[in-house]
Amino acid sequence: MPSGVPIEFTELTKSFGHVQAVSDLSLTVEPGQVTGFLGPNGAGKTTTLRMLLGLVQPTSGSATFGGTPYSKLDSPLATVGASLEAASFHPGRSARNHLAVYAQAAGLPKTAPDAALEKVGLSGYANRRVGGYSLGMRQRLGLAFALLGDPGVLVLDEPINGLDPEGIKWIRLLLRSMAAEGRTVLISSHLLSEVQQTVDDVVIISHGKLVHRGELSSLDVSDSKQVQVNADDKDRLAEVIRAAGFEVSNLRSGVLVENAEAAVIGRLAFEAGIPLTALSQKRTGLEESFLTLVGEEGSL
Amino acid sequence: MKLVNAVRSEVTKLTSTRLWWVLAIIMVVYVAFCSGGLAAIFAGVGTRANGPTLPDDQLPRLVYSFATSVGYVFPVLLGALAVTSEFRFQSLTPTFLAQPRRGIVLAGKAITLLIAGAVFGVLALIGSIGAGGGVLAGFGIDTQLATGDIWAFVGRSILAMALWAAIGVGLGTLVPSQVAAIVIVLAFTQFLEPLLRFGASLTDWSAQIAQFLPGSASDALVGGSVFTIASPGGGTGVGLEWWQGGLVLAAIAVVATVIGYVTSWRRDVS
Ligand SMILES: Nc1ncnc2c1ncn2[C@@H]1O[C@H](COP(=O)(O)OP(=O)(O)OP(=O)(O)O)[C@@H](O)[C@H]1O
Ligand SMILES: [Mg+2]
Repeated sequence: MPSGVPIEFTELTKSFGHVQAVSDLSLTVEPGQVTGFLGPNGAGKTTTLRMLLGLVQPTSGSATFGGTPYSKLDSPLATVGASLEAASFHPGRSARNHLAVYAQAAGLPKTAPDAALEKVGLSGYANRRVGGYSLGMRQRLGLAFALLGDPGVLVLDEPINGLDPEGIKWIRLLLRSMAAEGRTVLISSHLLSEVQQTVDDVVIISHGKLVHRGELSSLDVSDSKQVQVNADDKDRLAEVIRAAGFEVSNLRSGVLVENAEAAVIGRLAFEAGIPLTALSQKRTGLEESFLTLVGEEGSL
Repeated sequence: MKLVNAVRSEVTKLTSTRLWWVLAIIMVVYVAFCSGGLAAIFAGVGTRANGPTLPDDQLPRLVYSFATSVGYVFPVLLGALAVTSEFRFQSLTPTFLAQPRRGIVLAGKAITLLIAGAVFGVLALIGSIGAGGGVLAGFGIDTQLATGDIWAFVGRSILAMALWAAIGVGLGTLVPSQVAAIVIVLAFTQFLEPLLRFGASLTDWSAQIAQFLPGSASDALVGGSVFTIASPGGGTGVGLEWWQGGLVLAAIAVVATVIGYVTSWRRDVS
């Protein structure tokens, strides 16, 4: 079982002309968990990962795998598996040949391509030319490339993009089990909700700068708990709740109560003799604090 | 070992898409058509003894040399496309992930294309000797296939085609845009260079320079082609030794590849 090594970024910086794509990024990504690398479009996620993988030369600073830069790794594909957002393949080549090309370059066993295709569920399409693949199949092929050398570290740029619900569930389980085996898993996304159920730890960048780093739960700082409730007689329900001292606002279906617990609101309605048609606790903390962190105009 | 892996990977790249055999088929048909056609014209004219005649002992080599004199554009295209398609389809990303030492990747590609160019050379010669030799034999002219001279010529032709493919790799790294590279190959080989060679052969000093044009160097290496014989200077004017011609081609390939390595191959992949 290949074990993961920590990924270390040290004062990593990249500017494209006047654009400061990544600024002074320092952090460590630990093995044994899934780390989400989050930020809005243009935040610098892809640039950071490309520098980590030796594809883009940093302006200053460094990024290593347990102290070794990618270009100095003895057997890169067997140490780090990566897939980047761009569809990087020749459309006229079959999936099996596509993987064979890189398995040969990296000196991996002949069986590696078929094993990787098996893992991502593309065995039945191995001989089909990649140009005819759907978006989700391309995403899976990218993942097969990452898994080719059975690496201890996985670096995936937007791996969930383009997958159907079943695919999302499948990749979630795969990444969680790989982390549980002690591997290092770093995945990027511009949507917290997309990776919320997958990651243990989050790193958030905005405009190339680190803005938050911690466990997923550390984002849930919002103390505003809301309850959504509905009844046939919506107006009377709102009156009763307001009379009890809560702040109430109208929704299309029912009303929203600020700073409340579902149990309390349910009891109020019961005591007033109003039959409820809906009652649910809302915790909007995560996504909201994510948006606060990346700033209102966070997106570009 | 890493270089061997790189070559194996590049061979798979080349043979797992349709490009190579499409180019090979067009080349063989084109070369066979030119060789067979020229053999028929000269052999037919020669037997009637009016118009331009060639001594029968020069004719076979001239006919067979169409393998390189018109066929060379195909290995150049193969080499250039092998590089530019990596840029076009962004496959440099997985390529450099599998082998981050970019110099090894480029060396592997150059070696692979040398081999592929030699294979193209063999195929082109099968076309030119098959069609041209067949026509000559039909007219009762000695095909010279039993002489050592012709087989030395065959060997030098294969070497020339190998070097042309390597020049294609250099060109691809210099001009990573696929469309631009194809336009340059076709414009230079089909139009600019023939014109330059013809014009340069009119005065002595320009002929001295023109012998270093890749096409002239290739003809020098192979030993005679329709150009050297049709030029006003004739086959007797300035010209490099065969090994000098080979060195000029090799130098062009190396210089282009080294400059391309610095200007495009080493750049950020994003
Ligand atoms: N090759 C390049 N040349 C110039 N600017 C670039 C280049 N690559 C990235 N940038 C700029 O750097 C910034 C960061 O881009 P990057 O692709 O890293 O963002 P991202 O976080 O991956 O965004 P997305 O969620 O849209 O994928 C952007 O402002 C982008 O325009
Ligand atoms: Mg990106």
